Amino acid sequence: MQNYLDFEKSLAELEGKAEELRALARQDPEMDISEEAERLDHRASEMLRDLYAKLTPWQKCQVARHPSRPHTLHYVERLFNEWTPLAGDRNFAEDHAVIGGLARFEDRPVVVIGHEKGTDTKSRIERNFGMARPEGYRKAVRLMQMADRFGLPVITLVDTPGAYPGKGAEERGQAEAIARSTEMCLKLGAPIVSVVIGEGGSGGAVAFATADRVAMLEHAVYSVISPEGCASILWKNAEKMKEAAAALRLTAQDLLQLKVIDRVIEEPVGGAQRDPKEAISRVGRAISDMLGGLDGMSRDDLRAARRRKFIEMGRVGLA
Amino acid sequence: MNWITDFVTPKVKSLFSKREMPENLWVKCESCSQMLFHRELAENLQVCPSCGFHMAIIPRDRFRGLFDGGVFVEIDVPEPLADPLQFRDEKRYSDRIRDARRKTNEKDAMLVAHGQIFGLNTVAAAMDFAFMGGSMGMGVGNALLKAAETAVAQHAPLVVFASAGGARMQEGILSLMQMPRTTIAVEMVHEQGLPFIVVLTNPTTGGVTASFAMLGDVHIAEPDALICFAGPRVIEQTIREKLPEGFQRAEYLLDHGMIDQVIPRGRQREELGQLLRLLLKEPPMVRADLPAPEPEPEAAPEPEPAEATDTQPEPPSPDAVEPEKGAQA
Repeated sequence: MQNYLDFEKSLAELEGKAEELRALARQDPEMDISEEAERLDHRASEMLRDLYAKLTPWQKCQVARHPSRPHTLHYVERLFNEWTPLAGDRNFAEDHAVIGGLARFEDRPVVVIGHEKGTDTKSRIERNFGMARPEGYRKAVRLMQMADRFGLPVITLVDTPGAYPGKGAEERGQAEAIARSTEMCLKLGAPIVSVVIGEGGSGGAVAFATADRVAMLEHAVYSVISPEGCASILWKNAEKMKEAAAALRLTAQDLLQLKVIDRVIEEPVGGAQRDPKEAISRVGRAISDMLGGLDGMSRDDLRAARRRKFIEMGRVGLA
Repeated sequence: MNWITDFVTPKVKSLFSKREMPENLWVKCESCSQMLFHRELAENLQVCPSCGFHMAIIPRDRFRGLFDGGVFVEIDVPEPLADPLQFRDEKRYSDRIRDARRKTNEKDAMLVAHGQIFGLNTVAAAMDFAFMGGSMGMGVGNALLKAAETAVAQHAPLVVFASAGGARMQEGILSLMQMPRTTIAVEMVHEQGLPFIVVLTNPTTGGVTASFAMLGDVHIAEPDALICFAGPRVIEQTIREKLPEGFQRAEYLLDHGMIDQVIPRGRQREELGQLLRLLLKEPPMVRADLPAPEPEPEAAPEPEPAEATDTQPEPPSPDAVEPEKGAQA
């Protein structure tokens, strides 16, 4: 069952018609529908391509949040072998919004850390919709420290609406936990590469994405604040999220131009949710490529280059 | 036009010129509503003498209160790219910046200076909440990096007074990138074995709290300061319940282990002096009335304008005075 977004309404109608036609044909084998169905399919695929070729920033936010989009666990399943999940911050709790562990990536042991949003109501609640509490960031710090000790590359997958704004999270030092995670990313003496696969929500994202190389999927977004939050503060009206999304320049294409990210990974036509397998393998190739580019760098070189990269940011603007 | 408008009116107007208006001489305490004479308030570092409420203080006044003899040298901050995203909401970012500059007479929301605290050379950076809610963009990031570089070059400790509504949304992702950038600044100071002390003031929120402001060797907070990542309103909307009294205030954070001490503004200079000396293994400070250090010729701060009058005018009745409008985040 395809999950349609509001701007895909006419596409849904076309695909629905084609589906209906096929259902009818199944009941009546005499009916010849192949020509008509093909015509509809062709129109639908053209429409899909056109729609996704010129998504507005707000539509990209919707795609980035698409419930059927592959999430971190899907990537872990397909891209890594010997997945060994590791849990807990050794202080307070295990945060299910952040998954982490050891794995083998192309014969190479690595540490994987990522936000996990969940795939159905039950798992979404369990994962707190990918909104981490301090324990999630502290677990990430612990795993990065381990990666540092054993010289293992770190791969982070970013997909979060933001850090969880809850009472307990604040009491246990949400801000400090995020700051320490960003700090650990910078301290790391091993390579760290990051891919924003869906939503890169503010501090909750940067805590994992302060990396040597940062890639974004074509329709992922990465922003200092959600368009809704920005609209309610600057426009005093949360309904202005479309305007806010455009003003924030949160698309992968804009971020590449600003040199905040290093590459954009093309998605299958119609977005990663239409062909998760293909999207995941493209992300895998990008990670492999990014890690390869860091091979042979010493601890000090890695850290110095990472620092320089972030210090230099902001020299290029957008017209 | 006649001689009255030409000659008399300007004179009459000058008698009632803006700076002589009582509105500017008397400030109403935001907490206890007491009318306070501006000079008395300034001498008390913008802390209400009657109830101890800490009002916002501009970076220059902070530096005057912090350094020996009120003498400091301001450090120039490299200017960032103006309006990198060409951001516009209902107003252009470039216009907002221009208004903020006009209002505060400063370039951005963080100032950097160095001077001596009880004879110990120290670099300080202070945020200006009046400048677009103290929001952190490239300008603030550049300021903290410059402060860290200066501290390293002078082999001096770094003290930062944080006050921020959060990230400068109008700089989009580049404002978010100030979290790693300012974290690098902290690392630079730490790597040289120099102290990095944070003084959290009202309010310190969002990306500032979630980066350099929570990475100090020691965290000091001003009484009752709001210190948080997500603001109380956002949390109430998320969890749909009322938050406890004093939630996210300095004393609450002290109880929850996030800060070391709550220190009123008037005592910070001494406490910082002692703390820095202990960390740097310097001998105890001399609590005498120290003379101002020799001012460096190129950047001696201008002397305070001569005080014209010693007598305080009568306070106007409270209802005649507009309360000072708070800065908008």
